[in-house]
Amino acid sequence: MTEPPRSAVKPAPAIELIGISKRFGPVQANKDVALKVAAGSIHGIVGENGAGKSTLMSILYGFYEADSGEIRVSGTARKIRAPGEAIAAGIGMVHQHFMLVETLSVVENVVLGAEGGAWLKGGLARARAELARLSQEYGLVIDPDAIVGDLSVGLQQRVEILKALYRGADILILDEPTAVLTPPEANQLFCLLRALKAQGKTVILITHKLREIMNVTDRVSVMRRGEMVAHVKTAETSPATLAEAMVGRRVLLRVEKAPRQPGPAVLEIAGLSYVDGRDCETLKDVSLTLHAGEIVGIAGVAGNGQSELLEALAGLIQPSRGVIRFNGQILNAAERNPARLRKLGLMHIPEDRQKAGLVTAFSAAENAILGYHDDPAFGPGPFLSHAAIEAHARAAFAAYDVRPPDPALKTAKFSGGNQQKIVLAREIERAPKVLLVGQPTRGVDIGAIEFIHRRLIALRDAGVAILLVSVELEEVMALSDRILAMCGGRITGERAAETADERDLGLLMAGVSEAA
Amino acid sequence: MSAAPIDLPRWANAGLVPLVSVAAALLVAGLVVIGIGESPLEATTLLLRGALGSAEGVSFTLYYTTNFIFTGLAVAVAFHAGLFNIGGEGQATIAGIFVALACLWLAPLPGILLVPLAILAAAAGGALYGFIPGWLQATRGSHVVITTIMFNFIAATLSVYLLVEVIGKPGSMQAETPEFARHAILTPMHELLAPLGLKLPATPLNSAFLLALAALVAVWALIYRSRLGYAIRTVGANPRAAAYAGISPARIIMVAMAISGALAGGLAVNEVMGVQHRLLLDFTAGYGFVGIAVALMGRGHPVGVGLAALLFGVLYQGGAELSFDKPSITRDMVVVIGGVIILFAGALDGLFRRVVASGLRFGSAR
Amino acid sequence: MEWVQTIAVVLDSAVRLSVPLLCAALAGLWSERAGIVDIGLEGKMLIAAFASAVAAFATGSAWAGLGAGILASVMLALVHGFAAITWRGNQIVSGVAINMLAAGLTVILGNAWYGQGGRTPALEGPARFPDLTLPLGTWAREHVPVVGTFYDEVVSGHAAPVYLAFGCLLLTALVLKRTRFGLRLRAVGENPAAVDTAGISVAGLRYGAVIICGALCGLGGTYLAVSQSAGFLPHMTAGKGFIALAAVIFANWRPWPALGACLLFGLLDAVAIRLQGVIMPGLGQVPVQAIQALPYLMTVILLAGFIGKSTPPKASGLPYVKER
Repeated sequence: MTEPPRSAVKPAPAIELIGISKRFGPVQANKDVALKVAAGSIHGIVGENGAGKSTLMSILYGFYEADSGEIRVSGTARKIRAPGEAIAAGIGMVHQHFMLVETLSVVENVVLGAEGGAWLKGGLARARAELARLSQEYGLVIDPDAIVGDLSVGLQQRVEILKALYRGADILILDEPTAVLTPPEANQLFCLLRALKAQGKTVILITHKLREIMNVTDRVSVMRRGEMVAHVKTAETSPATLAEAMVGRRVLLRVEKAPRQPGPAVLEIAGLSYVDGRDCETLKDVSLTLHAGEIVGIAGVAGNGQSELLEALAGLIQPSRGVIRFNGQILNAAERNPARLRKLGLMHIPEDRQKAGLVTAFSAAENAILGYHDDPAFGPGPFLSHAAIEAHARAAFAAYDVRPPDPALKTAKFSGGNQQKIVLAREIERAPKVLLVGQPTRGVDIGAIEFIHRRLIALRDAGVAILLVSVELEEVMALSDRILAMCGGRITGERAAETADERDLGLLMAGVSEAA
Repeated sequence: MSAAPIDLPRWANAGLVPLVSVAAALLVAGLVVIGIGESPLEATTLLLRGALGSAEGVSFTLYYTTNFIFTGLAVAVAFHAGLFNIGGEGQATIAGIFVALACLWLAPLPGILLVPLAILAAAAGGALYGFIPGWLQATRGSHVVITTIMFNFIAATLSVYLLVEVIGKPGSMQAETPEFARHAILTPMHELLAPLGLKLPATPLNSAFLLALAALVAVWALIYRSRLGYAIRTVGANPRAAAYAGISPARIIMVAMAISGALAGGLAVNEVMGVQHRLLLDFTAGYGFVGIAVALMGRGHPVGVGLAALLFGVLYQGGAELSFDKPSITRDMVVVIGGVIILFAGALDGLFRRVVASGLRFGSAR
Repeated sequence: MEWVQTIAVVLDSAVRLSVPLLCAALAGLWSERAGIVDIGLEGKMLIAAFASAVAAFATGSAWAGLGAGILASVMLALVHGFAAITWRGNQIVSGVAINMLAAGLTVILGNAWYGQGGRTPALEGPARFPDLTLPLGTWAREHVPVVGTFYDEVVSGHAAPVYLAFGCLLLTALVLKRTRFGLRLRAVGENPAAVDTAGISVAGLRYGAVIICGALCGLGGTYLAVSQSAGFLPHMTAGKGFIALAAVIFANWRPWPALGACLLFGLLDAVAIRLQGVIMPGLGQVPVQAIQALPYLMTVILLAGFIGKSTPPKASGLPYVKER
């Protein structure tokens, strides 16, 4: 038997996906996706929120079954219909939301599903030994008897990785692993990933942060709207190229807006902090001033305090420290509730319209009065008049081009863009003095995006003070007069819109101090 | 089976699904009848004749319907706020105690004052006993379901204690209060209608039935036509959106539970003031639990609740008549039917929606 | 030494009264630790009581009664599982349905079959579980002071289901803590997604728990009808399933504390029976109802967090739906 020359046979890719498609109802989450991941490499998959990355990995891990397509693991075609089969194929996954049982200990979590016998004793002992070995090999130190719920997020992630390694995973998928980590924790993670690679493991890293991709991967695949649009070597690409591939040749966001002199200060915030239920300070000493007739945009990676800022200003959460002035008057705790703030003229378009801004089980007309159901215009005394509500909704839907303009239709049946227009119409028609806007165009089609942007600009020109939070940097840059960057709950810098550039803002969003 | 919710047209959702599940429940009851060696067809005939075949039967049917309207509405109002009030029995028990105390203590008052006051007392007693679990959930985080279960038993032992030791009729072998004064009771329907020239047989049906009809309209107006109802439905459908809209879910939970309890108090008005004219032990007789079936079958809408209450009224009265002719088929059959309806229209709703959806698809394909 | 005898008699009666509670509490514990809320313990015990009495009467064997009781209860448990697990229905609603179903069916069938207003005919001889006398009882009573009396009165002299129930307690504690099945079960009640992604069937585990829950309710119901009483009486569970639910909450969903809670509630019941009509010096007649209401009252107070804290399994009551 002669051994074939090594160079002639390329080793089979660790993972090969061919023509994977998956549809959830009307949404085509993955469309004819192909992917090759070389064994022993770190492969990045980037794309915007909703591009289909997580769905693809869930299919690879057997959490969902693909409608069509083929999965090959190390060259062999595999049917992966359940996570158990993925584990058997040597695939491990670290989910964005950890799959841990918080009341169990580290070692119990590690053996769950791989106990190695009906009695726990032997399995737990083996797991302890293996954990000791892994902590030696990779520096993954952890107390095997600690209760997982008591561990920090970084350590919980470590448990997830150990779980996969304990099951003998050769291929490790990490879904947005740094979304919840502090920068030092993230750096530790990258060191670990390199160590795993050195041991011959294959790593698939899903993220929307380009810095991480450039930092740690060998190759990158880019997804957009459910499709793979590019496969490149990391060394041969740049963040700019990747960003362009991620967003596609989108109609460039250039919103016509005349320069405008801002009016007096309407909303002044000083030293605002917020400590959440897990004792984490998610807002740190935030101060900003909002003037009449200007749009102030908050740029930041999701989860850096923007949501808390909006909610604190809208009266949905109570800040632990700080002062909020509205038209020069300090708002006390009793006044910081959504109903009172609305009466004062502070309206809010929430980030997650389906979960907070609408009751999707209600008719569109009923949603058009959400938050204003106490308005005497909608009925006599304690009663509501359907005729009045419907007439109001009909007029609002006509003005905001809500389609179909049917007030009786259940809100869940409207498209994302039209749902957003219902919210927008409701809040803007009330002549706000201050408008808080969160993710105005998330999940909204192109046509509606332009419409919404024009409305916001018109509102600014009419003298409304607008605070805009969006994870779409482009949107923030196109709409804002001033841009504040947030990172780790702090405001890390301010730029005038004319002079701001993407790179500079990116550094601020990453928390790189201005002096550096 | 998929996780996707099954989308049905409105008429199918509100009408067809409950109908199919009720039909299936009656089918199960029919199987039980066969199982004990009787003919379901004959039983059905006897039942319908007993419930609807005579003026007396109809009167009795409407008397039972009255109870189910109250307990069904009580469960329905809580449902709209996203709460499951299993405490109808206990709330009605406390309402009964309040009614009895009002009727006994305020007896010197003239009827025109006493009767409304006693009805208000019933509502207040039920409301209070519903409010406490609501308050505990809103402020202390204890779940309404468990609290109301425990409250049912506490109310039952409390009423035993009161009837045996405190307000019981001296010298009576039964745990009961003395009979109320003649002017403290609700007018029987046959007396009420006699001046209009309508001659009805003497039955327990009394003016509480009119109160129940009024409650149906009032709950409809509350839930679908009032600002408070809007707030209740918002909290029930999406508590986060409610908070965003400036509606306090905690406040609404307490208010909805109080309204729910007050409605359950209607059961005491009908039974204690309208029929027994004194407080008896266990007068709630499971009506509170059947109210869950009524609310589920009626999809929480007063029209549906009214129809479902009527169905259970027919089953109760018809069942009573049936058990005369067929001693082997006791009225407990209605409890079984109630249980199966709760299972089918409530817990297995998904299954029946699937069945109806495939039926419709099959129908439209042909 | 009269007081030793009195205490021993009260304790003996407390043990007898707590056995059905213990069975139902363990049943509830299994179900809820797996994430399935079960307020249908009462109904399952009731149907088991009925089925066991019917079978014991028909066959003349108490053990056949036990088999039938367990079978009937497991059938109802599977109905609950079908609604809660397969169709992701509301678990509270399903539990209410099962209680009503059992309350109605037992009376109808009992009445149709025996015509005694829902009762089953009295069970005699081997159709009932006899009290088992453990060895050395009399000897211990005579030779070991106090402990001997307790051994003879409290530990010895119960029917087989009592010892079975305590065996089930041991087994429950052992399996939950030390076996693979127990670990997975504890996990699925806290975070079913973690179990699913570990390649284990969530539905399979939950069905397993629901069946065990049914079997334990079967044991409790059988004890009521074929051991404690000599036949089935309508509504004979009289809220024991709900007191058991309270015991589970009290025990914070753990087996040994569940025993403690059941013994406490059984003791309250025994004391209430003993104090019926007794005039206490300075207090007058003891309001027995107050003692009977105590378990419910204590549960409400505990749940409201006024004393201690109860933390149910995180996923209990929630149908498992894969997230999108």
